[in-house]
Amino acid sequence: MAAHSPEKLNEDVLRPLVRTSWRFYLTGGILASIVLAALAAFIYQVYTGIGVSGLDRPVFWGFYITNFVFWIGISHAGTLISAILRLTDARWRRPVTRCAEAITVFALLIGGMFPIIHLGRPYLFFWLFPYPSERGIWPNFHSPLLWDAFAISTYLTGSSIFLYLPTIPDFALVRDKAQGWRKKFYGFLSLGWTGTPKQWHRLEMAMRIMAVVILPVAVSVHTIVSWDFAMAPVPMWHSTVFGPYFVAGAIFSGIAALIIAMAILRKAFHLEEYLTPFHFDKLGKLLLMMSLVWAYFIIAERLTVWYGNESPEMAVYWSTQQGRFTHLFWFMVICNLAVPFLILSIKQFRNTITGPVIASTTVVIGMWIERFLIIVPPLERKYLPYSWGTYRPSWVEITITAGTFAAMALLYMIFSKLVPIISVWEMKLGWQQEGEVPRAVASQAPLPQLAPRADLPAAGN
Amino acid sequence: MARQWGMVVDLDRCTGCEACVVACHAENNIATVGEDQAARGRAMHWMRVERYWEGNFPNVRVTYRPVFCQQCGDAPCESVCPTYASYHNPEGLNAQIYNRCIGTRYCGNACPYNVRFFNFYNPVWDKPLNLQLNPDVSVRSVGIMEKCTFCIQRIKVAEFRAQAEKRPLKDEEFNPACVQSCPPKAMVFGDLDDPTSEVSRLAQSNRSTRLLEEVGTLPNVIYLRSVS
Repeated sequence: MAAHSPEKLNEDVLRPLVRTSWRFYLTGGILASIVLAALAAFIYQVYTGIGVSGLDRPVFWGFYITNFVFWIGISHAGTLISAILRLTDARWRRPVTRCAEAITVFALLIGGMFPIIHLGRPYLFFWLFPYPSERGIWPNFHSPLLWDAFAISTYLTGSSIFLYLPTIPDFALVRDKAQGWRKKFYGFLSLGWTGTPKQWHRLEMAMRIMAVVILPVAVSVHTIVSWDFAMAPVPMWHSTVFGPYFVAGAIFSGIAALIIAMAILRKAFHLEEYLTPFHFDKLGKLLLMMSLVWAYFIIAERLTVWYGNESPEMAVYWSTQQGRFTHLFWFMVICNLAVPFLILSIKQFRNTITGPVIASTTVVIGMWIERFLIIVPPLERKYLPYSWGTYRPSWVEITITAGTFAAMALLYMIFSKLVPIISVWEMKLGWQQEGEVPRAVASQAPLPQLAPRADLPAAGN
Repeated sequence: MARQWGMVVDLDRCTGCEACVVACHAENNIATVGEDQAARGRAMHWMRVERYWEGNFPNVRVTYRPVFCQQCGDAPCESVCPTYASYHNPEGLNAQIYNRCIGTRYCGNACPYNVRFFNFYNPVWDKPLNLQLNPDVSVRSVGIMEKCTFCIQRIKVAEFRAQAEKRPLKDEEFNPACVQSCPPKAMVFGDLDDPTSEVSRLAQSNRSTRLLEEVGTLPNVIYLRSVS
């Protein structure tokens, strides 16, 4: 396509790596101070005892576990969506995958911290891992928390590789263009990439394998997170629907996070040419579909509970439908269903970028509330009415929660300053395939034949 | 010899005096958390007496139910603990290994009876209460779970004594603090696997029920209550 210029793409995508405006430092400073406040709150909690949170008996889990589930859910933005789009060879994925995969890695890092933050004795978290101990003690493999530890570390490893692999040619591109410390830095990161057909072939093979491998890992991770709840005999936790319900919710919130991230990147780095309304339209449709899937799951969950009419479950059910959590519940439904449905089902709204961004923002808020409503109301109304309780978050929990949102934004900002946020070589390859190679052949053509062309990083362009 | 320690609580005898609660606190070094913390739902009573009112004034009937760890045969708290802090000991007790607990509080969520307690802060005893701590029971620090142990320290002492005197242990020899202190003798403790023990005789009563039996936890605490 004549309109696309590889030189302009290089210029547009690599500009943020070398030029930084005062706005970046200002935003970074604000975010960093929120993160520091959260860190201080955590240190205070460790020093004083977890009593500084709002937790009590019987609500032993609150904001921290909500954040844990929420962030692990957000992490499904990247790897899962990107892997599906790669496997189905959706052409519009090319400018989207990198920003999506980065969300996964950072959301996982943040989400993975929460099981440690919430511990009564956080300094002993490593007891969850089966390391050789002089006392011969082994962790309990029956515990869903242990499954969590394995699932999340597997997913983090996998998605880091998944993010890193397709970045290698882009690191090489930056290395070839950069001077000074950047040349060394990107030279190290590009692992000696020269763009030979053999290297392209290996990269292509590795990406195909990773895309297939990461899908079941991603699905299993959020299923296992849901089993933290579903395995315990707590009314309205102990449910078979939780696995798929959590995975669907994770993809739902993940797409929303991706749309927001893309909109910010587009504005901040002037990537209007690459992240177009077309992409927002596509992702908007996906978000709309997931919104309906989410609604289906919540109806499936609640209708069966209501119809079954078991008294312990009904106590929980009514506390969300006609009790303390009613307003929160309906607010969640508005955020997760009403707003996205109204905006995204109408083409005129979906085609604007503002529309999907508003819908995504409400979805992210709504999904956080959804996690909260899954965790807290059942614990408050657990069997014997004599020991029912209530939960109110403390300032420590709220500060740490705010800190994680800031940390996510900060990590993402730093990432976007160090790594080309759009996959340059994939964009170029796409243009080549569409412009010069017939469509049917393009999807089958092995990369090495296409690779050593003038506008690919290997040639130094 | 394998035993299955168990308890029978006769609800028709219980007067709700809460002597068991006090005895339990004294025996097991349970921290008193103070008014503010108790109001926030952080009071630690391994033993609590639940009160229920039936009927309308003036025809009110009050019933009491002492609730404590049911020492479940199939305990939800045990399987969920990632570090084996909550485990099933060979005498059928739900043991809690304080040193091993990292404070995930998962056991507390999984427990249908809400009888597991968490140390939200380091325990403090006002003087001179700090001088009356039971030397046989470890004091628990911040961040770990605790719960009724059936006074395992007393069980161990009795077992060691019987062993030293080379004779079988009889369950009438000793009692947990709550049973010992119960004025109407509403509680009986003993070996449920021994068909001759009083506890297993009472467990056969046609008044016997188990709390939240439908959850499938197989509790080893049996409540006796006449059905009117």
